[in-house]
Amino acid sequence: MAVASTTQTGARPVRAGRRLSVPAWVGTVPFLGYVGVFLLLPTAIVIWGSVRNSTGFQFSNLKLLGNSVVRSYFVGSVELAALSAAIGALLGAILAYAIASGNPDGGVRRFSLAGSGVLAQFGGVALAFAFSATIGPVGYVTQATWFYDFPQGILPIYVYFQIPLMVLVFLPAVDGLRVQWREAAESLGGSTWHYWRYVGGPLLAPAFTGALLLLFANGLSAFATIQAWENQIAYTVPQQISVAISSEVGTANPSEADVLALGMVVMVAIIMTGYALLQRRAARWLR
Amino acid sequence: MRRVKKSYKYVLAATAMLALGAAGCSSSTSGGSSSSDKVWDTATSAQAGGGMSKLIAAAKKEGQLNVIALPPTWANYGNIIKTFEQKYGIKVNSANPDGSSQDEVNAVKQENGTAAAPDVLDVGLAIAVPNASLFAPYKVATWADIPTAQKDSSGRWYEDYGGYMSVGYNSAKFGTITSLNQLLGPKFKNTVALNGDPTEANAALNGVLMASLGEGGSVDNIAPGVAFFHKLKEAGNFSPIQATAATVKAGQTEVVFNWDYLNTGSVVGSSTWKVFVPAGDVLGGFYAQAINKNAPHPAAARLWEEFLYSQAADGGQNLWLQGGARPVEQAEMTANGSIDTAAAAKLPAVSGTPVFPSLSQATKAENYLVANWANAVK
Repeated sequence: MAVASTTQTGARPVRAGRRLSVPAWVGTVPFLGYVGVFLLLPTAIVIWGSVRNSTGFQFSNLKLLGNSVVRSYFVGSVELAALSAAIGALLGAILAYAIASGNPDGGVRRFSLAGSGVLAQFGGVALAFAFSATIGPVGYVTQATWFYDFPQGILPIYVYFQIPLMVLVFLPAVDGLRVQWREAAESLGGSTWHYWRYVGGPLLAPAFTGALLLLFANGLSAFATIQAWENQIAYTVPQQISVAISSEVGTANPSEADVLALGMVVMVAIIMTGYALLQRRAARWLR
Repeated sequence: MRRVKKSYKYVLAATAMLALGAAGCSSSTSGGSSSSDKVWDTATSAQAGGGMSKLIAAAKKEGQLNVIALPPTWANYGNIIKTFEQKYGIKVNSANPDGSSQDEVNAVKQENGTAAAPDVLDVGLAIAVPNASLFAPYKVATWADIPTAQKDSSGRWYEDYGGYMSVGYNSAKFGTITSLNQLLGPKFKNTVALNGDPTEANAALNGVLMASLGEGGSVDNIAPGVAFFHKLKEAGNFSPIQATAATVKAGQTEVVFNWDYLNTGSVVGSSTWKVFVPAGDVLGGFYAQAINKNAPHPAAARLWEEFLYSQAADGGQNLWLQGGARPVEQAEMTANGSIDTAAAAKLPAVSGTPVFPSLSQATKAENYLVANWANAVK
């Protein structure tokens, strides 16, 4: 068939013409389909499941969110995500600035960027094991007595993947700072402090805050890493969702899992809206 | 070579099953030939479906069996599955081997009607009893040998094997341990572990309950057990990771609270691993078998149960025993002489009367744990 059609040279213009008549939105169908199946549908199922039980609508499930034990999972999640995001953002920003001020075609920059790309994805069991093997109770390098304390024990593990992520998302903004701006500030008699206070800082603030939110969402949703670190106590929401789904001792409650997931969806939705707004603001300076 | 071996097994199987099914032959053979395949969807015994030989034939025709949450190192399941496959030429599809009992029930509900749905389940009582409506009533040939208290009277679930809560430890490092209080000492830093999160895993819940028995609690009162783990945590001895053979080998969990059949040197893979059941604080627990009401392979599912409850030398009851678990028909098999005496002799010694928590006692313990466990060991 394929061979036959390519030999029919006369048909080509016709086919090309037909191709043009395809509406432009058709190209987005695969993307929309993907988003629909893997994002919108699960979200809808979670919302549906959190307001229903086996007999019908049951909004009392949502009262779970007021339970003090349930609240402690959200507190744990937010505490861990906020701390790891703050530390990761700060150290990552410094590293990004160091990379940006180096040779733009140099080996250090390429090496750091490639390394960040890899390390930002390094998580889960492998990462938790790496830390356990180095500083865990039978660690090779040292035996940290605080290794299983929350959040001190898990924090360095999270920061380990937050820093490279910060470098990746923040570097374009730092690259956007033009040398001329600094020169202009200096020629007008401004000090380094003045430059950062009135020029660099305000320029980078939206990008920095946006990146901070992204890191926060990243820390919030991580499950495999903390589960591999320890799995006897649920500190965070994702861990408790796992318990609610698969507890075999009679406390499994799929509705609780849905309600907890709904809480996560709401939190991430707020964060990502903030992120999108800030990105729009930051993009002005990066054009 | 392999084929010869297999067909030899077929002959063995057929002979064994002919002998077993002799009782079934006297039953009515009302199942019409055209609808014979459907018979097994609802048959409540091999006899009711037309006899053992028909069950085997129908199961072989189905050719597959879906099992779920059966770790190969758990109570000899690796060997049990292999033996069943070789004996009947039925392929066993093992899904989610490390899943929990609740994961099994979730799969039954979520995969209902698909060819991948689990055919048979091996679940804790806390899951079996409330979900009994999902299971098909079925009584194996040896039904009478299962103690009455250990089965559902209509045959929707039936206990299969069990054991006692035990403490396993690395004797090369710690010498001999005989009581739980020794574990509070300084040489046990970061070593004492459970088999999972007690608010989630049955084995871990029973580990805490066993500690409670030792600390003056009872199956009705798990609080002293939680207090014991709080003391362990305060002493820096509690290891908050799920104990597995890998964590034992890595030295992360050198003292493990677990069912005795999961706590043997051979399962853990260490020759210096010893196990003891605290004297006077014997906590027992059994798992239960059940058949999915809408099993995609109904005949194979029923044949699997017949195999598991067979008292033959290569039947499920003796295979569980060889894995260190106590089969539910052990008392009857000891009486009728079909038990593997060598395997029975290897079971850890127990002194004191075992207690088995009832469903309501387990629920009570669970509710206490949900409210107090995390704070006790955080």
